[in-house]
Amino acid sequence: MTKSELIDRIAGKQTQLSSKDVELAVKAILEYMSQSLESGGRIEIRGFGSFSLHYRVPRIGRNPKTGTPVALAGKYVPHFKPGKELRDRVNQSLSMEPQMTAS
Amino acid sequence: MAEGALTKAEMAERLFDDLGLNKREAKELVEQFFEEIRLSLEHNEQVKLSGYGNFDLRDKKQRPGRNPKTGEEIPIQARRVVTFRPGQKLKARVEKYAGSKE
Repeated sequence: MTKSELIDRIAGKQTQLSSKDVELAVKAILEYMSQSLESGGRIEIRGFGSFSLHYRVPRIGRNPKTGTPVALAGKYVPHFKPGKELRDRVNQSLSMEPQMTAS
Repeated sequence: MAEGALTKAEMAERLFDDLGLNKREAKELVEQFFEEIRLSLEHNEQVKLSGYGNFDLRDKKQRPGRNPKTGEEIPIQARRVVTFRPGQKLKARVEKYAGSKE
């Protein structure tokens, strides 16, 4: 599912808001989430999961072509931890699928 | 926004402020946003939100495990898990954050 499909699926279930409103809202939500992480914040959505930043220590990397060492600064990377409801629902879908039984 | 995490309530509040959705509409929309992503993942369908990142599914095989307390061997069942891969744009925005750890 892409962002535009997400917008269409939400719009299809909406009784109040136009597709245009849904599009603006979906883009706004993603922007709030990016802004939060960008400013060092966390995102906590019960039943879905949490986003936070993980620190990566500075290290010496190498240019893969020349082998020359390059100093890489420490940095932050986004990290997602799925919540219990999401974990359970995704995992249940595995047991619902027909099993490929080896004879 | 340094204090406290971003929550659904705060997202709805901001949709009300920024887009003029009424509070009930805003709350419902935020709920639908996360529910549609869960539904997609639940149907084993990857979610790709350009500019933010992808939610992928990975099937893990059964593997031997151990109860750390008793040392008893118990197999860890095959399971399906969600992983998040941040997009280039989000990674670039976050990388610049100079937090307290530096």
